[in-house]
Amino acid sequence: MTESTLFMKHDAILDLIAGMAQVLRNRLRDRQLHNPAIIGIHTGGAWVAQHLGRLLDLQEPSGLLDISFYRDDFTQIGVHPQVKPSKIDFDVDNRNIVLVDDVLHTGRTIRAAMNEIFDFGRPATITLVTLIERSGRELPIQPDVIGLSPPLGLDDHVKLNGPDPLSLEILHGARAGRETRR
Amino acid sequence: MPTPRPEKLQLNEQGRLRHFLTIEGLSRELLVRILDTAESFAALPGRPVKKVPLLRGRIITNLFFESSTRTRTTFELAAKLLSADVINFNISTSATSKGETLLDTLRNIEAMHSDMFVVRHAQSGAAHFIAQHASPRVSVINAGDGRHAHPTQAMLDMFTIRKHKGDFTPLRVAIVGDVLHSRVARSQILALNTLGVSEVRIVAPRTLLPTEARALGVHVFHNLEDGIRDVDVVIMLRLQNERMDGALLPNEHEYFHLYGLTDERLEAAKPDAIVMHPGPMNRGIEMDSAVADGPRSVILQQVSYGIAVRMAVLSMAMQSQADLGGEA
Repeated sequence: MTESTLFMKHDAILDLIAGMAQVLRNRLRDRQLHNPAIIGIHTGGAWVAQHLGRLLDLQEPSGLLDISFYRDDFTQIGVHPQVKPSKIDFDVDNRNIVLVDDVLHTGRTIRAAMNEIFDFGRPATITLVTLIERSGRELPIQPDVIGLSPPLGLDDHVKLNGPDPLSLEILHGARAGRETRR
Repeated sequence: MPTPRPEKLQLNEQGRLRHFLTIEGLSRELLVRILDTAESFAALPGRPVKKVPLLRGRIITNLFFESSTRTRTTFELAAKLLSADVINFNISTSATSKGETLLDTLRNIEAMHSDMFVVRHAQSGAAHFIAQHASPRVSVINAGDGRHAHPTQAMLDMFTIRKHKGDFTPLRVAIVGDVLHSRVARSQILALNTLGVSEVRIVAPRTLLPTEARALGVHVFHNLEDGIRDVDVVIMLRLQNERMDGALLPNEHEYFHLYGLTDERLEAAKPDAIVMHPGPMNRGIEMDSAVADGPRSVILQQVSYGIAVRMAVLSMAMQSQADLGGEA
């Protein structure tokens, strides 16, 4: 039996994203990463990316990645029939990419997302932004901009619901729930 | 060779598609799942890199005992777009001891560690036979067996229809031509009825109708205009001269005169009706070029959609192997 606790509500999450936008803006400026394009990972990452794009006044349409075809656990879980096609309408070659996800846990989603981005072209840089960063990394992947790093138990999982209103909930004792987005 | 038995062979204990041999016995839910899965693959060709790594490291063997260009090529392309490795065997059947030869061939190719066979054979039931004898970690996809079934063709036709018409339930669909020799028609009729269309009609001369036609759940017409009146979809079938033993038709000219689809005759169908053909098409026999190249023809889209539908079937069948556990 999975119990859940409401962890954060819409307005608090928007405040968090506003703070992330500020840190991201400074980072892009300091590192001279001009004309960035933002890509959100389906579905929670795309919601966060949408808010970030608006706050940073990015002109480009943001991209959307559904990494289902790039997952490393296909043989265990197979293809979900409602996979949304990834949509990247701009040229990725030599572009500064801001990759946005809602929760960074094992790092496998980001590994898959980067593989997929490279199938669209060769970006100049990828900056990783995540609303929630938590322990449990299985790959050497670290975020550049973090909203929050809450201390969570090994069996706890954090989930972003949305898009309107956004809410973060913690599922206690959820098994095999890591970075599932289905 | 044993008679085809659809039953449980196609699904594993978890109800997932293990082999894809016929539409018969499959639920509407599963057919819709194939179409939905194909939908997500259909967007891939627009990308710079069209491949996805889903079936990386898997070996898919195309086992074609009967010639085919389109089907074999689209199966090969579908497998390659999923990053599988593909072996093509084009084997002409020997006249004697076919069963034994088939089993021998099967064992040989199994020894090459193939994960999946895509089988086309002139004899009905060949894919079933291979599925029955294949090792547990091998899936079999029927790419056409005799007059029996061609399920991936039927599903790509369903995909094309859904793309243009959305909902299946209000649709009237006419299948025109050589139903007698057509495994495509049999699979289409099963798929259309499973997906719940309002009416399936078959339009053909008496000599090209199977005796059990009405038992298939269709309305039979012998006049083309009557048969396609007010339909939403017209599916033309290829006249299969190579399968005709006796004199079933006066001649091709006469056939076109009675059953060839022209713009004029197409007037009887709904104004937004689409025209389909599984290919290869005989221009001027089944269909006038003006119709084949006209605005209502979706024949080339069928070919493109065939790749996405075959990707869906290949990936779903490969997924069922995961249910076996261990190193799938």
